[in-house]
Amino acid sequence: MLFYLLRQIFLAIPALLGVLIITFLLMRAVPGDVVTQLVGLEGNVSQERMDEMRRMFGLDLPVHVQFRQWMGAALKGDLGSSIRTGRPILQDLAMRFPVTIELTVLSLFIALIISIPLGVVAALNRGSLLDAVISIFALLGLSIPGFFLGILLILLFSLELRLLPPAGYVPIQESLYQNLRHMVLPSVSLGLVLSAAITRIVRSSMLEILARDYVRTARAKGLSARKVTYRHALRNALIPVITVIGLQFGSLLGGSIIIEQVFSLPGVGRFALDGINLRDYPIVQGAVIIIAASFILVNLIVDLIYSLIDPRIRYA
Amino acid sequence: MLKTSSQKPAVAAMQRLLRSPSGIIGLIIIIIVFLSAIFAPIIAPYDPIELNTKDRLQGPSQNHIVGTDQYGRDTLSRIIHGGRISLSVALISISLATIIGSFLGLLAAFYGGWIDILIMRFTDILLSFPVILLAIALVAFFGSGFSSLVFAIAFVYTGPFTRVTRAAVLSIREELYVEANLALGASNIRTLFITLLPNALAPLIIEVTLRLAYAILIEAGLSFLGLGTPPPAPSWGQMIAENRRFLALSPWATIAPGLAIMVIVFGFNLLGDGLRDALDPRLK
Repeated sequence: MLFYLLRQIFLAIPALLGVLIITFLLMRAVPGDVVTQLVGLEGNVSQERMDEMRRMFGLDLPVHVQFRQWMGAALKGDLGSSIRTGRPILQDLAMRFPVTIELTVLSLFIALIISIPLGVVAALNRGSLLDAVISIFALLGLSIPGFFLGILLILLFSLELRLLPPAGYVPIQESLYQNLRHMVLPSVSLGLVLSAAITRIVRSSMLEILARDYVRTARAKGLSARKVTYRHALRNALIPVITVIGLQFGSLLGGSIIIEQVFSLPGVGRFALDGINLRDYPIVQGAVIIIAASFILVNLIVDLIYSLIDPRIRYA
Repeated sequence: MLKTSSQKPAVAAMQRLLRSPSGIIGLIIIIIVFLSAIFAPIIAPYDPIELNTKDRLQGPSQNHIVGTDQYGRDTLSRIIHGGRISLSVALISISLATIIGSFLGLLAAFYGGWIDILIMRFTDILLSFPVILLAIALVAFFGSGFSSLVFAIAFVYTGPFTRVTRAAVLSIREELYVEANLALGASNIRTLFITLLPNALAPLIIEVTLRLAYAILIEAGLSFLGLGTPPPAPSWGQMIAENRRFLALSPWATIAPGLAIMVIVFGFNLLGDGLRDALDPRLK
């Protein structure tokens, strides 16, 4: 098991490195750099002054030298500082990462408490009206852009009913209640969209399991329908669901970029977006590395949960 | 001989599709939206761009079914015209992704070895990025506009087509008739495109339909973030971003373009479901 985990981590390194190299090259291939962006804000600045600024930020060096320098520092835990504000990236990430994590975890939680019951009910009542209604709900959920759902929720719960704040963020340390009030709408917008995808997986996976021989055996030996459903069928039906959660985590992080924008949440996604717009390379690199690393980490955890719920899976 | 055997399943699949309600409804929705986009200048009651400030921010009325925006432009007309951008970006980008992706998938499955490893590792890396983040970076790279939207979406969705094609081809790569074909002296290229590729067609068609739905969502998201085609020509995501500031005053200007996105994406998802049931009953 330990060996398996170490191997997975080892295999993730090239992927992480690849992601970093692509980011690095892409950012530097973008027309304009942070200096032209800064100068654009301040009016006319001489070419010499711009060259001097580039030298100051190390932007005059060849790309591979920049990459080596940045990697060397990153391996020691230093992700550099924002070119624009001079603030250390790590400090910003430490503030912003918890916001994104809270958003994704709450969304995932909402998605699961909606989708598992719906998927199970749909599968148990296959072909019924209820099944059809749930399927249409799921298909609609797959068709609505998360940001549009977010705006609809703001319209209903903030502007009409005046129950929840339309935007903004309060740290947990300040007030848990206020924090949750601000997180409800963003998490529901992201969670509902995700629940649509998961409902469909739970339904089809449950249908497949219900047709298995061991479920028939369990029924034949006189177990209650309840026990068969929950003990035998659901447990096994959830295995593919967990894979999907691992794979969907990437789109959850991606979705959070736009949702953070809609609700003005100070998360990693908005940080990355600002970094891209201002060509503030260290910000983009720092944000990408933490997004990619958490994606890889979640998939490792998924592997672990696998072996816990399905004893047949043993990693050698 | 070959023709009848390759046509029959296609005809049968078509008949199954036309019998599934979701497939038909999806197809009808898609056709209506496409026709209204193509004939937008004829159908749209007003000019989508011309400013008309005395009619600004009107609610739904007989003159303007879903009201007007901050510049007095008719929201419905802008939605009808906006479909042109969303649909053409989706169609062109997914066509590119399909061609490149299925070609790479064929190569990976047929040659195996280091070609396979190279292509699939690259695909894995691309797929480990959140799609929208990669698309944002690419649009920043190309500069926002129609063609950079197309390239960015094509780029991020090439991977799934590579995977689907590779998996379909791998499952028949070792079949005797493929070997016989090669033994009879068929060239690699002939084997790739005439013998192997048709077997990947069913999963590819399903993938195309579903990715068209995703592409429209991504285009809308990028336009919402201000990375889409520049104003004043309307696109749905951009309309939502623009009109959102007046959400309290005239909600319809924001809701209507969002509904337009939902309707067309719903259509593609319905068709995708219908196609999956028709083409590959095992997947149901």
